[in-house]
Amino acid sequence: MTSMLPLILENLGFYAGGREIIQSISCEIAAGTRTVILGPNGAGKSVLMRLCHGLLVPTSGRVRWQQDTKAQRARRARGQAMVFQRPIVLRRSVMANVVYALRLAGIAPEECRRRAQKMLEAVDMTHLAERPARVLSGGEQQRLALARAWALEPEVLFLDEPTANLDPHATRNIERIIGAIHASGTKIIMTTHSLGQARRLGDEILFLSAGHLVERANVDEFFKHPRTPEAVAFLRGELP
Amino acid sequence: MNDISAALAEALRLIGSMDAQLAQIVSLSIRVSLVAVTIAALVALPLGALLAITRFPGRQALVAVLNALMGLPPVVVGLLIYLLLSRAGPLGEFGLLFTPTAMIIAQAVLVTPIVAALTRQVVEDAWLEYEEQLRSLGANTVDAALTLLWDTRFALMTTVLAGFGRAAAEVGAVIIVGGNIDGVTRVMTTAIALETSKGDLPLALGLGVVLLAIVIGLNLLAHWVKLSAQRYHG
Repeated sequence: MTSMLPLILENLGFYAGGREIIQSISCEIAAGTRTVILGPNGAGKSVLMRLCHGLLVPTSGRVRWQQDTKAQRARRARGQAMVFQRPIVLRRSVMANVVYALRLAGIAPEECRRRAQKMLEAVDMTHLAERPARVLSGGEQQRLALARAWALEPEVLFLDEPTANLDPHATRNIERIIGAIHASGTKIIMTTHSLGQARRLGDEILFLSAGHLVERANVDEFFKHPRTPEAVAFLRGELP
Repeated sequence: MNDISAALAEALRLIGSMDAQLAQIVSLSIRVSLVAVTIAALVALPLGALLAITRFPGRQALVAVLNALMGLPPVVVGLLIYLLLSRAGPLGEFGLLFTPTAMIIAQAVLVTPIVAALTRQVVEDAWLEYEEQLRSLGANTVDAALTLLWDTRFALMTTVLAGFGRAAAEVGAVIIVGGNIDGVTRVMTTAIALETSKGDLPLALGLGVVLLAIVIGLNLLAHWVKLSAQRYHG
């Protein structure tokens, strides 16, 4: 199977509520690395991810995947997954939540169950498999959301502030799982508010400010030598 | 005061002794309303769910109309169905007028908008929460509708029971299309109306007590099931 990456953004713009939320962003996001989108509140990070994932339709420009033919587009839906800041789990068991996603992806029932079991093992939730998912803690629900996304074996995984509402212990768990997903060959594209997390999980940084992509650099370089005044100001604002 | 207590005592005796006439009326009522609500739910649940998650021009107007239909006057529904089913009407050849089937049709027509409108509200609230996740997982409209109906099942149970309460307690439509024929189309509400006007208060009161017990009992049961299910499922 040919890769759907790189992801190419061409003059991407998104206008809503009388405001340009994303303004003419052009860039190419390659396979392999973990890409972290950073920026202050309201910079457009979440909107950019939703545009890339196809949940929002750009008002100008376009999002293009490599070899974007019709046949590819059909397969593409399965090539990517997304984990949200607030996990939405269905009112059914933990296991059934993972199986649900696999069934929607058109995978045969026996295979669904097998894969779901494997995934719950991978995120250390086997003992919770038959529990109703809605009564899990926030950290457990987010782990389930990761397992559900991972089970789809996506080529690209989008994560929108996956640990924003979690305590340090749960955050460590989530970061470990994200690392494992990346190690299994999945491209990671994520946003975060935590600069520490960006350092720990990121290979490259896309820095957004007021809807513009103002700086792109690898992690070390970005934190040591930010080139733009916006990035300098953003990093200076970091709390101890 | 004495009349009432005497009538109530006699009513309770009728219930206690499982009076044949009373039992026959109660069982017909329950059968008619159960079938009507089942038909209404089969139509209204998918309809409400689809209306909740699809977006098209005129949708808001449709939602407003549906909400307004919750207040359909039963006698008007009865009259319209009477006209449809009467000998000279378009469906007259089936000979359904003054049969339990006619009553089922009338109750289903009354209850469908109620269940659909309440379902639309419940499912739309859930859709706001689930939309991005379900679309991300590749769910199409039908997948999403089925998923949301299942995920809101405890809230929808109350909705359907509200429909049953409305069907069982309704009198205007079923008296017109059913005709209140003894042993054929006489249900609790029409019997109460008739016996009261005849002065047979014990039977009327006895039926009233049973009707109240059914409606209140079902709703208490639904409330309890919903609470415990939600405690378990979150």
